[in-house]
Amino acid sequence: MPKIFIVIPAYNEAESISQVIRGLRKEGYTNVVVVDDCSSDNTAETARKAGAAVLEHVINRGQGAALQTGTDYALEKGADIIVHFDADGQHDPKEIKDMMDPIKKGKVDVTLGSRFLRKGSNVPLLKRVVLKIGVIFTFFYSGILLTDTHNGFRALSSKAAGRIQINQDRMEHASEIIDQIKKKGIRYKEVPVTIRYTKYSRQKGQSALNSIKIAARLIWTKFLR
Amino acid sequence: MVSLLQVIVIVFVLFAITRVFFRYQDKMINTFELVFWSLIWIAVAVVLFVPTITEPIARLFNVGRGIDIAVYFSIVLLFYLVFRLYVKLDTMNNELTKVVRKEAVKKRK
Repeated sequence: MPKIFIVIPAYNEAESISQVIRGLRKEGYTNVVVVDDCSSDNTAETARKAGAAVLEHVINRGQGAALQTGTDYALEKGADIIVHFDADGQHDPKEIKDMMDPIKKGKVDVTLGSRFLRKGSNVPLLKRVVLKIGVIFTFFYSGILLTDTHNGFRALSSKAAGRIQINQDRMEHASEIIDQIKKKGIRYKEVPVTIRYTKYSRQKGQSALNSIKIAARLIWTKFLR
Repeated sequence: MVSLLQVIVIVFVLFAITRVFFRYQDKMINTFELVFWSLIWIAVAVVLFVPTITEPIARLFNVGRGIDIAVYFSIVLLFYLVFRLYVKLDTMNNELTKVVRKEAVKKRK
């Protein structure tokens, strides 16, 4: 049995985090790592009570930084497969199996969740437009054409997780991971997933305006690094 | 005749040079930086009192007035310094994250 670690970056998610953790444990995932990115609510405590291993950032460093912290920890604990999972209840723990399958079979080293591969996806119109712009942007930025570039649902073999180093602390990490997959020639595959759009998750998600800021920052850093 | 502008600028230049010198005393900057910044401020003072001194340089670069060359030069320098600052800030941010990460993982063990 491969050792599976679920890594959840969380910032002010006290409302949803315990339900997410319970959902994961119900599916048999006992190694749940929550990285609390210096929340002002009691995310860390709630997550701990729900049975997760909680790592705490003493100051807020962003989602990308939190993901890397959780990934480092999981690798240290001897994880074979690391799954990136959202804290807001958007992802379905039942689908982790589908995400890990191609990795377990040794076909690929990374799977990326895509909400557009599944027929009849319920993505709201504005979100759909913004995400598709993100897809085109990523194609020009990294040269990889995916159907859904900004999905937080990923699974990585320990080998791939060790090779990908997230340097973009904030939201730009989604594009950065794809960029590194391309540059390092890591085998990847998109896997259809469902995203649950609730009032809560939509409120916590990225706004269209913020996406522009993220793109601008990516272009800027591409210049400098 | 000394103009009001010249008085204000020279007071500021003197202030800036003392700052540079104090930073050097505190070992916040090295000798190269001390010389670099002192020269910059001295150049500002010289140009202020002898504006014609920039004219040969202006002619060399085919720029009409001496003061223009000083402005162009300042803008280029400023851009360069902002760029350096940005890179430094970026590096510092990354290092800060590393510290926060290490601390988070260490505490959990």
